[in-house]
Amino acid sequence: MEICGNNTFLHSDGCCTGREFVYNEPLNYCVGHAALKYRNKPGFRLGVGVLSEPLLTVERLFCERDDRILFDNLSFDVKQGEVVQIEGQNGSGKTTLLRILSGLSRNFEGGIYWKGEPISDVAEDFRLSLLYFGHQPGVKAILTPEENLNWYAAMHPSSIDQSRIYDALEQVGLKGYEDVPCHMLSAGQNRRVSLARLYLSDAQLWILDEPFTAIDKRGVAEKEALIARHAENGGSVILTTHHELNMGDRVRRINLDKLAGTS
Amino acid sequence: MSEMLTKEPVRTGEQSIGGLFLAVLKRDLLLSYRRRSDLVNPLIFFLMVATLFPLGVSPEPDFLAQVAPGVVWVAALLATLLSMDSVFRSDYEDGTLEQTLLSPQPLFVVVLGKITAHWMLTGLPLAVLAPLLGVMLFLPEGGMGGLMLSLLLGTPTLSLVGAIGAALTVGLRKGGVLISLLVLPLYIPVLIFGTSAVQAAVTGLPLDGYIALLGAMLALGIGLAPLAVGAALRISVSG
Repeated sequence: MEICGNNTFLHSDGCCTGREFVYNEPLNYCVGHAALKYRNKPGFRLGVGVLSEPLLTVERLFCERDDRILFDNLSFDVKQGEVVQIEGQNGSGKTTLLRILSGLSRNFEGGIYWKGEPISDVAEDFRLSLLYFGHQPGVKAILTPEENLNWYAAMHPSSIDQSRIYDALEQVGLKGYEDVPCHMLSAGQNRRVSLARLYLSDAQLWILDEPFTAIDKRGVAEKEALIARHAENGGSVILTTHHELNMGDRVRRINLDKLAGTS
Repeated sequence: MSEMLTKEPVRTGEQSIGGLFLAVLKRDLLLSYRRRSDLVNPLIFFLMVATLFPLGVSPEPDFLAQVAPGVVWVAALLATLLSMDSVFRSDYEDGTLEQTLLSPQPLFVVVLGKITAHWMLTGLPLAVLAPLLGVMLFLPEGGMGGLMLSLLLGTPTLSLVGAIGAALTVGLRKGGVLISLLVLPLYIPVLIFGTSAVQAAVTGLPLDGYIALLGAMLALGIGLAPLAVGAALRISVSG
């Protein structure tokens, strides 16, 4: 029986698309097929919500590069409040996977679903909810940090105003550098300009590719806290890093080396 | 937690399409302003061709007046082509292009803004400079109006079509040669109608027909080229 208590949700049969769930007072829920089964039984009540629904679902993903299979039959889902760390050695396809998940790369087979809908059908909705931090920081060297963030704000219609931009720059330790062209800043500071987007964004899903590269220890600790806070607020994070994350059991790890079976 | 759970992504209406277009335009103009040396490159090329041509072929005014429309137009076309490679290159290299493609804003508008900025910095100065070249090449006075008008209508089409080539080759290490091969055949109709318009103006014939055709090509370009550029950019970044 697919019932469990204490705010946890179970879908043992893998059915996780339902927006409906039934609950048995006070805190027993069941979802998926079980919800259909129990919806009319006495003692159970039908509720509607998105609690049980994963944000991102990946189904049987297959990707091949230069005649080498990076991953095959890769399935997982990312729920609200989850931090998923993609692990693997260099060249195991971590960046490729993140690029596929963000919708940049279409070089794959399989299904990717955003809140239960195929990603290509809800592209705009998905992009509104996505923050992608890639290998290249997306910072223009001849613009100042402030101009770079202004551009980001222009490309993401939301409530980002000037004071939030100054605030974000202060948070990443670039106060006083607002008007210095980015090519005059160090590599780490350039990464920080890009990471300032984490403070600006209202996006639900963060996809971060090596966000801690070239960042000093204190900066890393701050970003870790920020990621944990984002997850606590119901957001989700998918990231790759070679750094040990100090977030306890909140982090779920997916290892690409074991999946590929080629290494 | 509950506040985030129920939160659906919202698109606030503050930013209109026009606002986005202006933001893109402003940013690209600012970028070019910070790299002024790249800006004068096509203009210098344009001037050099017009200066060297009489030296290399013949300084005879009658002969020059005859070939002037063609020379100015070919020089403008090649100057535009030379500058095309850089439209998306730096955005691609520093990752800004990825961010642009992943943003929820309509790519059509962003691309159109970028192309407009490119035209304002190449095609527009070329058209403004053209009468000077006309004088240097003994183009009869009657042809000046036709020359400027045809260039004002023709160069945006060159930028639009060239951007498709630039978008397709931006992911390649050495895209420069490939752009020329891809784009040059599509430039030929513009060249033919552009020079014909100038020649008609010189001989005093009506040029409405040529101008209308150049205008039609431009309208078609504005409507369709940004779509092609957007699709090409997605392919280039996906690879």
